[in-house]
Amino acid sequence: MARKANAISPFNITALALGMAFLYLPIVILVIYSFNDSRLVTVWGGWSLRWYREFFNDRAMLDAAWMSLRVAAVSATIATLLGTLAAVGLVRGERFRGRSLFSGMLYAPLVMPEVISGLSLLLLFVALNAERGFWTVTIAHTTLTMCFVTVVVQSRLASLDRSLEEAAMDLGCDPVQAFLRVTLPLIVPAIAAGWMLAFTLSLDDVVIASFTTGPGSATLPIRIYSEVRLGVKPEINAICTMVIALIAVTIVLASLASKLSSSEAKSAAPL
Amino acid sequence: MSARRIFAQPARYAAIAPYVWMVLFFLVPFGFVLKISLSQTAIAQPPYVPLFDFTEGWAAIKAAFAQLTLDNFSLLVSDNLYISSYLRSLVVAVTSTLILLLIGYPIAYGMARLPQRWQAIAMMLVIIPFWTSFLIRIYAWINILQHDGLLNKVLLALHLVSTPVVWLSTDSAMYIGIVYSYLPFMILPLYATLARMDPSLLEAASDLGASPLRAFWLVTFPLSLPGVGAGALLCFIPIVGEFVIPDLLAGSSSMMIGQTLWLEFFTNKDWPVAAAAAVALLVLLVPPLLLYDRLQRRQLGGAN
Repeated sequence: MARKANAISPFNITALALGMAFLYLPIVILVIYSFNDSRLVTVWGGWSLRWYREFFNDRAMLDAAWMSLRVAAVSATIATLLGTLAAVGLVRGERFRGRSLFSGMLYAPLVMPEVISGLSLLLLFVALNAERGFWTVTIAHTTLTMCFVTVVVQSRLASLDRSLEEAAMDLGCDPVQAFLRVTLPLIVPAIAAGWMLAFTLSLDDVVIASFTTGPGSATLPIRIYSEVRLGVKPEINAICTMVIALIAVTIVLASLASKLSSSEAKSAAPL
Repeated sequence: MSARRIFAQPARYAAIAPYVWMVLFFLVPFGFVLKISLSQTAIAQPPYVPLFDFTEGWAAIKAAFAQLTLDNFSLLVSDNLYISSYLRSLVVAVTSTLILLLIGYPIAYGMARLPQRWQAIAMMLVIIPFWTSFLIRIYAWINILQHDGLLNKVLLALHLVSTPVVWLSTDSAMYIGIVYSYLPFMILPLYATLARMDPSLLEAASDLGASPLRAFWLVTFPLSLPGVGAGALLCFIPIVGEFVIPDLLAGSSSMMIGQTLWLEFFTNKDWPVAAAAAVALLVLLVPPLLLYDRLQRRQLGGAN
């Protein structure tokens, strides 16, 4: 009787199955149709790599993809550095003046509508007379994604046993050494996961990039967006499939990193 | 001095660089938005009359202050386009959040009931789409919803409709897109509170004679309210300012505030009005943002 109250019911199973189908079917359909030979997106004309070839001959698209990859790699790296420092300050810094403003500034961009972030950064760049292009988009993406990195690293750091650092310091390390030799190796997987999250977020953004980029330096999402507004094109299906594949590889790496993190945490602090 | 206190000092120094970065690229830009929302539109590049010119000294600054204008804001209040786009943003955000709650709750509930090992896999499955490009997911739906797309083919084959239904450029398409994009944001906080719940509470309710439905309403649902709140805010706040989904999926007859801002900025090149719209949108979002911040703090406090 009591057990029955917690058993999984057919209703639960149905909800889960429908939910997962809803989440995954559109993506699966998109991937399948990217291999469609027909020019009409809705008619199946047999398997083919035609639209992938089309993409690799499309100079403008390739330039945009290259720009996006560079922005994503650079902004994710700066964001990971700053986000990790911010997480260390928030978790280990105890109380300091302006702490709540700091954490507020780091949480707000997580939910802030992108049109506001984009517009405000653009107005700053115009006021500073900065030339818009690669660096302005990179700075904008760094600002957004470092907040996500902070959250990821912060949760890992908060769950870490502080007595490890204290033990290192009792054994003669100064705080910086204790951090570099004890803490950092333990949070490296979280830092790696943060970098990959920042990378994919940057690769995905269309709104903030539209505001902060200049003429002639469109990112891949900006190009995709302007094509999509004109309707469905098979080439876009192929590009989207490649982006999904890139992201899938990133996710696998990130989950391997976090798996490593949890097994290392277990061996470092056996309970 | 304890080791913990000694460690705190350099940790605070670590925060300096990100602190300066966020002040420079997050806080200061809002100052510019505020400033430009109060200035006048100009035809020149950039399209606004600069308010301050510090090289001209104090008198110029005083004169500049006299020039501050609320014209852009009075335009927002007087023009029907802006009022209706605000209202539409609110209606769309509230409706979508409710739909998300109705769809997300059963899924999160089902996840929390799975055996431990499966829970981790289910969570991974919910998170993965969040990593996949947002734009691509909307594009995937355009594929499905177009005139001779898969949805119409299925509906016709099942004889549910006799002629293809127009999905694209309608509100239903937009709601499908929003629900699809934000579902993980709703499921994860709900799942987090539901999974933490002590199963013996439900056993107790059932031992005391409550039917499963009654036990759900009297025990499970009230205890999951923090998750409901977090999920609702996490969806509501960004949906209010949503631009890409309504732009690609909804019709052009009525716009959300994010679209109006975009239009003023990119098409009409009226930067001051766009900035005023951003300020007004921000004001609208301050109460839910503060609420979210409080929830977040309480949960972090509870975790420690």
